[in-house]
Amino acid sequence: MAQQPQAIQPQAIQPQALSEAIIRVRDITVQFGSTRVLDGLNLDVRRGEILGFVGPSGAGKSVLTRTIIGLVPKVAGRIEVFGVDLDKADSQVRRAVERRWGILFQQGALFSSLTVRQNIQFPVREYLNVSQRLLDEIMVAKLVMVGLRPEVADRFPSELSGGMIKRVALARALALDPELVFLDEPTSGLDPIGAGDFDELVRTLQRTLGLTVFMVTHDLDSLYTACDRIAVLGNGKIIAAGSIADMKASQHPWLRQYFNGKRARAVVG
Amino acid sequence: MNGDPTLERIARGNGLALCAAGPWTAPFAPLLETIVSEAEKLAGSRPNIFIDVSQVSRLDTFGAWLIERLRRSLTQGSIEAQIAGLSANYASLVDEVRRVSPAPKPESTPVTITGMLAQVGRSVVSVSETFIGLIDMLGAVLVAGGRVLLHPRDFRLTSTVHHLEQVCWRAVPIIVLITFLIGCIISQQGIFHFRRFGADIFVVDMLGVLVLREIGVLLVAIMVAGRSGSAYTAELGSMKMREEIDALRTMGFDPIEVLILPRLLALVIALPILAFLGAMAALYGGGLVAWLYGGVDPEAFLLRLRDAISIDHFIVGIIKAPVMAAVIGIVACVEGLAVQGSAESLGQHTTASVVKGIFFVIVMDGVFAIFFASIGM
Repeated sequence: MAQQPQAIQPQAIQPQALSEAIIRVRDITVQFGSTRVLDGLNLDVRRGEILGFVGPSGAGKSVLTRTIIGLVPKVAGRIEVFGVDLDKADSQVRRAVERRWGILFQQGALFSSLTVRQNIQFPVREYLNVSQRLLDEIMVAKLVMVGLRPEVADRFPSELSGGMIKRVALARALALDPELVFLDEPTSGLDPIGAGDFDELVRTLQRTLGLTVFMVTHDLDSLYTACDRIAVLGNGKIIAAGSIADMKASQHPWLRQYFNGKRARAVVG
Repeated sequence: MNGDPTLERIARGNGLALCAAGPWTAPFAPLLETIVSEAEKLAGSRPNIFIDVSQVSRLDTFGAWLIERLRRSLTQGSIEAQIAGLSANYASLVDEVRRVSPAPKPESTPVTITGMLAQVGRSVVSVSETFIGLIDMLGAVLVAGGRVLLHPRDFRLTSTVHHLEQVCWRAVPIIVLITFLIGCIISQQGIFHFRRFGADIFVVDMLGVLVLREIGVLLVAIMVAGRSGSAYTAELGSMKMREEIDALRTMGFDPIEVLILPRLLALVIALPILAFLGAMAALYGGGLVAWLYGGVDPEAFLLRLRDAISIDHFIVGIIKAPVMAAVIGIVACVEGLAVQGSAESLGQHTTASVVKGIFFVIVMDGVFAIFFASIGM
């Protein structure tokens, strides 16, 4: 598979990909047993934006992310990513789509038996047939981009701090220069300065690489500093989507509490 | 979109322009790499070489880095090669890769004679460390056991019963099935060979001694080491990986008392029960084959069994069971607590747990054989 780089990016999906919405979610319903987690949810993510996705704990933010990526089966609805309907796509088209997105899992999900170097090189090595020299250079470039020193390359994930794990995981998510990145609570577990740096980093990367970012977060600072647009999940649906100003103007009780509460005032003030 | 990426050479005065065009992106990386290493050979051929990227349709980290790599190799002495025609939205990307320093080499140790000898030495040391670890754990378990005897309220009955269900009750079907089949095979082989001497009935003696005294308990112990020893190691190992054991310790609990004692006790209770059930199943299977294949009817079989086999055989077998269970359990727990941070380490220790468990079970069996022979049982 690594020998055919051209074959994994079919040209057919290109023209549609340039349309406005890079992710289009329509009437998604997800059910675990008899509990309905997502109930006819609609969401668009536009090309080049950083979408912050918020909601109460247990509302199904991670479930939606995992449904879009295809890790959680849905009962009904349609998901289009880069203009490709993921249900109708055959495995080759799916692989091509998967090559164009990167995912940062909540716990990092680094491969524990591989070093940082091998973790970052893994997707590149699988998809592209390039020399070890280029692999090493790209690995260093990614480490520099996420603000780590190249010396960490030969450490194992168990020897990294929490913040470093997140950065390495982001570097791995970015390894193949994806157009779309899913970040699942990227700043949870980081200190405020580290979290601020991370927001700045996401913003910088989005500018330099032209990324579209889908960010599940609880962090009000992230919403204020990093996100272009915010979508709010509640009762299995999107209850509001728009800018910070729209959110603050909303009359929805949860939104009022979230964006005008004590903690929110502390962030703004 | 516009085909493959290219790098054209255009002479300009006494200089040379390298005009990059097309998509310089990750999917084309193998092609780009050959293009760039071709162009790197031009270094020093002209006094003034620059790279024109105005025709590049798309650029990502791969393309930007390869252009930067080309620029660095074309740079001769103090004259820096320049990149021209960089559009504003790609400039920051190129700036980003400019900060990349040459990749550090992966740490690799050359294979030498001394290195190999050192490896052998380390293995020998690790063998003694294994023994020390086992004795250490045995001591810790005895201390925790003594403490629980003094304060019976600290004993974790629920946990013990839970593990008893896992290692005993749920193991019954597979253990009974396998020992039943082994009994059948021993009986069939015995009859096949004894028949030549007309000594069919002695198959009962052989079956009884083997099953009750040796094979029964040994086989069950090996199966338990594979089934439950590995499970213990994996459970404790993943708890170790997720710092759950550290969490217990910081809350003032002794992991030995909370995690290991119930597991060990469950195993020590389970193995004699399983060994007994296994022996019965093997005798039943052997009797069945003796009847259907050898023509020894059940009544004759039981009569012969009663004459040939004394209760000593059964006692010898069943006494070994709890000791073997303790050995399996201690090996499994030591290995579980030795797991480091990675999935690979978990796999290694689970393997080691089963291999060492079975090894020690067989060693113990040998020790018991000598012991019982010398006391005349």
